Amino acid sequence: MSEARTVLTGQDAVVIIGAGQAGFQAAASLRDEGFAGRITLIGDEPYLPYQRPPLSKTYLAGSLDEEGLTLRPASFFERNSIELLMGDTAVAIDRDKQEVKLASGRLVGYAHLILATGTRPRPLVAEGADLAGVHILRTKDDADALRPCLGDGSRVAVIGGGFIGMEFAAVAADAGHEVVVIEGLARIMARSVSPELSEYVTAAHRGRGTRMLLGSGVQRLTGDAGRVTGVVLADGETAAADVVLVGIGVLPNAELARDAGLEVANGIAVDGSLLTADPRISAIGDCANYPSAHDSGRPTRLESVQNAVDHARHVAARLTGGSYAAYQKVPWFWTHQLGLNVQIAGIGSADDDCVLRKDPAGEKFSIYRFQSQRLVCVESVNQPGAHMLARRMLAGEVRPSPAQVADPGSDLKALLTPAV
Amino acid sequence: MSKISYIQPDGNVLAVDAAPGTSVMHVALVNDVLGIVAECGGNTMCATCHVYVDAGDLVQLPEMEGDEDAMLDCTASPREPNSRLSCQIKVPAESAGITVRVPERQV
Repeated sequence: MSEARTVLTGQDAVVIIGAGQAGFQAAASLRDEGFAGRITLIGDEPYLPYQRPPLSKTYLAGSLDEEGLTLRPASFFERNSIELLMGDTAVAIDRDKQEVKLASGRLVGYAHLILATGTRPRPLVAEGADLAGVHILRTKDDADALRPCLGDGSRVAVIGGGFIGMEFAAVAADAGHEVVVIEGLARIMARSVSPELSEYVTAAHRGRGTRMLLGSGVQRLTGDAGRVTGVVLADGETAAADVVLVGIGVLPNAELARDAGLEVANGIAVDGSLLTADPRISAIGDCANYPSAHDSGRPTRLESVQNAVDHARHVAARLTGGSYAAYQKVPWFWTHQLGLNVQIAGIGSADDDCVLRKDPAGEKFSIYRFQSQRLVCVESVNQPGAHMLARRMLAGEVRPSPAQVADPGSDLKALLTPAV
Repeated sequence: MSKISYIQPDGNVLAVDAAPGTSVMHVALVNDVLGIVAECGGNTMCATCHVYVDAGDLVQLPEMEGDEDAMLDCTASPREPNSRLSCQIKVPAESAGITVRVPERQV
């Protein structure tokens, strides 16, 4: 094993496993930072790196085409000398030899390895889960398989009221289908949003005619001649369905890291600078479990574009600049459902105190979440200005009190502007 | 077809064809135009597709929406009166072309 370097040179090679948003951004940012060495980006899907968020929104609905999904054209990768190994899968990491083995048999050596392996849908363990008409939604192939099902009047059942499930339910309802959402917990998107926001979005879906079955388990799926016909709920009722989408969360792709002897606990464990215990291996994006400054330093694994992009930039800056500063970016993400633009900044917890701040003009409001009087998260509906302000507030120490937020006359923006 | 001209901070110009209705951001990405980052993919979430629209072309564009206005307060290069997010600029049907200047920084 050669000596671990803090800053890479033009003679060094970086290998990135995973060509999603995080892997792509790591390659692009390394070049932005002036890294002149070899970059190899390995992705198991046979496509140029593409965006995932539209798969459950505009791409599924048909308003965004394949070209629009692609992050950059082939010329970008050629111009930047980023070697793309698409449609090949990393199967093993040899940390002593500093080498990645691919399914094709190819070996790729690295001075630094970036794991951006992402996640995969958690499989539904129930009788009938393998029937035709039962779908998942993570990849472009998944979306392509699902899209034709939205063509004719179908009965659609969504198992799991998370972001993917609810976005799909919205697209399906907009396309005129009869939709039922089956969620095991008492409310939708429970892991990520406040009870107040769950309730608001649930009402919006109900208003569109979607049946929202909350606190409702799935017993099994029924089929006829190999095709799904319905979902049998825990209470014995059957929801008839021609199409079923299973969106019950994801599992981090951490097996490669685990098999290489790296620590794995809800993803690949990394330190504040996104480095594993091996100084030559970083992990970024959905697969990385890092201590978040925005969640009291607790191990945090986030699944979002922002997290992927900012992790990638952080590691690129470390590899080219040598700074082992802790990653500090404010987490933010969004979901579009039924014309609602929902934006979330920060990380909330179940026991937060929530303060609602509503714009008197129309359906625009934000929910400010506090931990011990300290603002930790803001959820905005159709209020991008409030969301942007929240991102800036959460990045610093000047934050409004619950009383200031509750006072409709207070100017939150002015808090951030130093008095002249 | 209309033409979109992208002027880089160093003065380099790239003029490309654009179908009416497509966004100035989308056309930039497809043609590998430097300096349009478009981190959020055109959802008015990130202000990394900021451009300065040629003053003469600004008048042919519809007024911006409130969310674009809010995002433009968060650009990496200074906001100017002709600042727009290129993801929100759709190529008008009746247009000879649009010229935009790419800012120094997006991040």
